[in-house]
Amino acid sequence: MSVDAARLRTLTQEFLAAHPPATTPRADFLDARFDAGLAWVHYPEGLGGLGVPRSLQAVVDAELEAAGAPDNDPRRNGIGLGMAAPTILRYGTDEQKQRFLKPLWTGAEVWCQLFSEPGAGSDLAALGTRAVREDDTWTVNGQKVWTSGAHNARFAILIARTDPDVPKHKGITYFVCDMTGPGVDVRPLRQITGEAEFNEVFLTDVRIPDAHRLGEVGDGWKVAQTTLNNERVAIGGMRIPREGGLVGIVAKTWRERPELRTHDLHQRLVKLWVDAEVARLTGERLRQQLVAGHPGPEGAGMKLGFARLNQEISGLEVELLGEEGLLYDDWTLRRPELVDFAGREAGYRYLRAKGNSIEGGTSEILLNIVAERVLGLPSEPRTDKDVAWKDLSR
Amino acid sequence: MSTQPDLLYSEEEEALRSAVRDLLADHCDATAVLARAETDEPHDRALWRNLAESMGLAGLLVPEERGGQGASHREAAVVLEELGRAVAPVPYLTSAVIATEALLACDTSEAGTLLAALASGRTVGALTVPLSATAGQDFRDVRAADGALTGRVTGVADAAAADVFLVPTADGLFAVDASAGGVAVEPQISFDRTRPLAAVTFDGAAGRLLAGTAAPAVRRALRAGAGLLASEQLGLADWLLTETVRYTRERTQFNRPVGSFQALKHRLAQLWLEVVNTRAAARNAADALATGGESAGGEETDIAVAVAQAYAAPVAVRAAEEALQLHGGIGMTWEHPIHLYLKRAKADSIALGTAGRHREELAELVDLRAP
Repeated sequence: MSVDAARLRTLTQEFLAAHPPATTPRADFLDARFDAGLAWVHYPEGLGGLGVPRSLQAVVDAELEAAGAPDNDPRRNGIGLGMAAPTILRYGTDEQKQRFLKPLWTGAEVWCQLFSEPGAGSDLAALGTRAVREDDTWTVNGQKVWTSGAHNARFAILIARTDPDVPKHKGITYFVCDMTGPGVDVRPLRQITGEAEFNEVFLTDVRIPDAHRLGEVGDGWKVAQTTLNNERVAIGGMRIPREGGLVGIVAKTWRERPELRTHDLHQRLVKLWVDAEVARLTGERLRQQLVAGHPGPEGAGMKLGFARLNQEISGLEVELLGEEGLLYDDWTLRRPELVDFAGREAGYRYLRAKGNSIEGGTSEILLNIVAERVLGLPSEPRTDKDVAWKDLSR
Repeated sequence: MSTQPDLLYSEEEEALRSAVRDLLADHCDATAVLARAETDEPHDRALWRNLAESMGLAGLLVPEERGGQGASHREAAVVLEELGRAVAPVPYLTSAVIATEALLACDTSEAGTLLAALASGRTVGALTVPLSATAGQDFRDVRAADGALTGRVTGVADAAAADVFLVPTADGLFAVDASAGGVAVEPQISFDRTRPLAAVTFDGAAGRLLAGTAAPAVRRALRAGAGLLASEQLGLADWLLTETVRYTRERTQFNRPVGSFQALKHRLAQLWLEVVNTRAAARNAADALATGGESAGGEETDIAVAVAQAYAAPVAVRAAEEALQLHGGIGMTWEHPIHLYLKRAKADSIALGTAGRHREELAELVDLRAP
């Protein structure tokens, strides 16, 4: 049966009639929505979808929203939905897909990501967490870091070293790790803002059944590319109004409080306002390219630009506030689920923005990517490619 | 707020681009531009005839019923990108954009005749204001008395190529033939020899009235000029980046291409980001000029133009300075064309208002006032 927008609208209306949002408990409603194939329509039938184009999801969402239906609160499980799910779909066995995808989508099980390590940041493939196999069980030992949501998570996607005797990219395997099992120790990682968005995760003799391996042994790097590419898909596509970013907050203060103005700040503010407006236009141009079906390489640069802008604008804001800039709203160790630049004050914005040029690929690595993949410049000579992982310096 | 600007290039615009690029590849290589700059004939009249008369590009901004091609600023911007990539010594910005826009603001039959002549490309026009002028300035260097004009304006771009001058005075905008009695054009030794300046002196020259008040026509002309100059600056920066990437991939030192050193790669990647941003800003200005007109969208167009100039001017200069540095010694030679681009980019950063002036204007437009 082919499903078009009209048919999908009918299916959704029939589903809503059978499961009235007002009288159906939220968890039951979400389970039923998954079973009806209306969770993510581009997924296969039986796995929450109908195997139709992703663009048709908007038809379902519009009907559900109009009916006041509960959603799966996707922001609470960003890593699960954005990174783990596409990887499981691509590389998982039928049993794994059946076991993991439904509670992942409904939010009953939150996921986190055990990738970065203290010794493997930009050079992620150098990771040293070891997984050793005995019969059908892997034993994992190591330390992961910058894990958001680990304290709320039921499962993690994990990459670990399974063969130290081959070059680093070749000896990695990809697993699903039960975060509630013995040997998993989650500790908050306090940041310069005072809060702890992230965690350190210590893994000591953690047992993982071989049935929880995703992809072949030694193919973990390749599997992880699916995860990381989906991280980038999730960014972009939004239409932002003028002064929609941090510059809007500073501009508002500037307009409302003339007593704070100086000539030096004025010069800098107008320059940054221009930079922010041009970055907005570049984002809009990128969006138009995507809509026209001609995605350009411009996306590679958007994060670089926004990191610098956020840092410079928030720095200016603290300075503009003068005496108030010497104060801070709250140093207590909070555990926020989401980063909220607008909900905190200038000092927080300034400190949190420092992470923008580090998280999700440092600006230096992104500049290399632009130089090599967009401009076609040669890579630096590599000394690590043909050397067994165990012989690398660390 | 108006609808979203169209920031892409249409298929027709891309076809126009490749036609102009092909023509320039055949008739405007860097060696020829360099050699011409040293002669008494700095403008390439043969190239102008090709662009303006054969391809009809001088009339892009002029409606068909007034003798033009009935296209828009979007297409003219694409032409300017390509002319910028070639630092072409033709009076396109000055005649086909600035002078043409001034005439479009006039409704006398004299203005209509001149407009058609400029659109055909057979007549080159120049608005007699200094190249550094900005919209909103007063231009009182020339006085009119019973249709006889007297006064002197310096720094007029492409004046040596002009057949007719459009002269703003307190008593209106006048047209004066370059060949008329009482008109003298003295070339000035210009920093950018591909867009040479001249002093124009009127000594009782006979003027024909185009409009009773000059200010609206001049303002419109300079705003369109500033907005489309961003596309020329984009073309300059784009050529400089492309050429520098090519060079650093080929140039070998320390037994490897210099483009493999991160110290250079990061600078080029940063420049690429700025060129990408400039493209969005320049397209936005061209689209605003094409669709905003003088009516309700007027202020949005002012903002788009000011943003484009405030951003594009320093990027073009930086692209030229980075290109020169990353070429090393060869970039400092007369023989290599980089200096043509550096000189054009630096001159462009003063032309039609510096980035700083455009930021000042912007501060008023978006209510971010100085202390």
